[in-house]
Amino acid sequence: MSIILGVLEEGLVYAIMALGVYITYKILDFPDLSVDGTFPLGGAVTVTLILAGFNPLATLFVAFVIGALAGCITGFIHVKLKVRDLLSGIIVMTALYSVNLRVAGKANVPFFNANTIFENSLVNRLFPASLSAVTAVIILAVIVLVVKFILDQYLKTRSGYLLRAVGDNETLVTSLAKDRGMVKIVGLAIANGLAALAGSVYCQQKGFFEISMGTGTIVIGLANVIIGTKLFKRVGFVKSTTAVIIGSIIYKACVSLAIYLGMEASDLKLITSVLFLAILVLSNGREKKVKA
Amino acid sequence: MIELKNINKYYNHGTVNEMCLFHNFDLTIKDQQFVSVVGSNGSGKTSLLNMICGSIPLDNGSILINGADITNMPEYRRQRRIGRVYQNPSVGTCPNMTILENMALADTKGKPFNLLPGTNKQRIGYYKEQLHTLGLGLEDKLHVKVGVLSGGQRQAMALLMSTMTPIQFLILDEHTAALDPKTAEIIMQLTDKIVKEKQLTTIMVTHNLRYAVDYGNRLLMMHQGNAVVDCAEEEKDSLDINFILEKFNEISVECGN
Repeated sequence: MSIILGVLEEGLVYAIMALGVYITYKILDFPDLSVDGTFPLGGAVTVTLILAGFNPLATLFVAFVIGALAGCITGFIHVKLKVRDLLSGIIVMTALYSVNLRVAGKANVPFFNANTIFENSLVNRLFPASLSAVTAVIILAVIVLVVKFILDQYLKTRSGYLLRAVGDNETLVTSLAKDRGMVKIVGLAIANGLAALAGSVYCQQKGFFEISMGTGTIVIGLANVIIGTKLFKRVGFVKSTTAVIIGSIIYKACVSLAIYLGMEASDLKLITSVLFLAILVLSNGREKKVKA
Repeated sequence: MIELKNINKYYNHGTVNEMCLFHNFDLTIKDQQFVSVVGSNGSGKTSLLNMICGSIPLDNGSILINGADITNMPEYRRQRRIGRVYQNPSVGTCPNMTILENMALADTKGKPFNLLPGTNKQRIGYYKEQLHTLGLGLEDKLHVKVGVLSGGQRQAMALLMSTMTPIQFLILDEHTAALDPKTAEIIMQLTDKIVKEKQLTTIMVTHNLRYAVDYGNRLLMMHQGNAVVDCAEEEKDSLDINFILEKFNEISVECGN
C-alpha cells in the first residue's frame, strides 16, 4: 500500500512537469533541456520563501512565474540570438545550477517544521488523522487536475491555437501575420513555469531542497509524455493532457517496480534512462504521426 | 499599388559562384491588377514573390506598398495585408488541427491572439458556408484533421484561409503545380472567383502557360531577372498562346534548356 501511494505521489508531482514538457516536445517540437534547471529553481525559490514565512500556496504561484521567466530566457536565446534549440536549453540549464545555489544558499536545505501546502492548520482540520496516509495524494491530485484543466482551456483559446499552429506549421503563423518567435517564447515560458511549479510542489512534499533534484528531469518528462501519448493514441476520448498524467504514473510505477525487484535506490537514474530508452525503441516502429 | 524600384539581388554574393539575378529591376503593379508571371526555372519568379513578401532580403533597391517603403519591414508584419498560397499544399494549413480549428485560426488573422475562445461558435455557420463554396463536402467534416485530406482539398482550404480576412494582395506561388489537372482547374476557377469578388491585387507565378493567358489582366514573362514580355489589358486579351509558347521556347533555347 505504501508503495502504491509513493508511486501516486511522485507520479503526480512529475505529471505537472510533464504537462510542461508536453507543450515543448509535442506541441512546439522543441527539445527543451532547461527544465532540468527550472525544476530545482522552483524548489530553491520555494525553500527560500517558506523559510522566510511566506504563504505556501502563494509560493506555488511565485515559483511558476520565476520558472516562466527562465523559460523566456531560453526562448530569447533561441529566437533572438539564433542559438539552436538544444543548445539554448543546455545553456540555461547550466546557468541555473549556479542560480539555484545562490537562491537556496546551499546545496541542501531542509525545512521539515515549516508550513507547506501539505502541512498546515487548514489541511489538518479538513483531513482527519485516519486519512493522513492519503492526504498528500489527494492534495496532489487536486493540484494536477487544476493545472490540467487550465492548460486544456488555454489550448482552446486563440493564443493556444497559435501555440499549436507554430509547432504544426511555422509558415502558417507567419502567414497569419504573427511573429512565430514570440509564440515559441510564450510556449517555453508556460512549460518552464510548470516545471518550476512541479519543483515547488516536490520540495514542499519532501520537506527539503537539494541541488541535484533536477538531474534527469527532462528524461522523466519525455518518458512520461511518450508513454502517455503512445498508449492512448488510438483512444479518441482520452485527452493528451490526461494521457500525459497517466503516463507519468505508469512510468513512476515501472521505476518503483525495478527498485522493488532488487535494484538499489542509487541505481535510480540508470533505471530512469534505460526505461526511457526502452520506451523510445519500442515506440519507434509505430511512428505514424500525420505528416506535414 | 506595389512598386519595386531599382532592385538588385545577388546569390552567393562575394564568392566565385556569385550570380546576379536582378540588376536594377523595376516593376509597378497597379491596384486590382491580376498579374500572371511565367518563365523558365531560375528566371527569378519565386525570388520576386519572396522579395515582395519579405522572405528573402534585397541587396539594393526598395519596395513600396501604396507609396510606403516596406523594404525593411519583417515578413510577418507584411503578411497582414498579404495572403499567400504556396506550391506545397501542406504549407497553407495545420495538419494536426481540425478543419474547424484551421478556419478559426485564419479568421483570427489581424485580430489579437488573446485568451478569447479560439473558435467563435457563432462563426461556424459562416465557415460552413465558405467551405460549401469549394464544393468538396468539407463542411460536413469540420472535426476531421486537415492532415488526412488530399492535396487538392488542402490547397482549396489554403486558398480559402488566406483570403478569408480583409487583405489587399494575393500572392500565388505555383499554387496549382502539385495538383492533378482537374483539381488544378477547380482551384484556378476558385482563385479567379475570389480575386474578382474581393477585388484583390494578385501576382500568380505559374508554369501553366494556358492559365497565364486565360486568367488575369497582365502577363509577365521573366528571363534572367528581366521581364521579356509585359503586356496588360487589351494587349493581353489579344495574346495568343502560340506566341507565348514561341517566346518561351526562344528564351529556353538561349539557355540551352
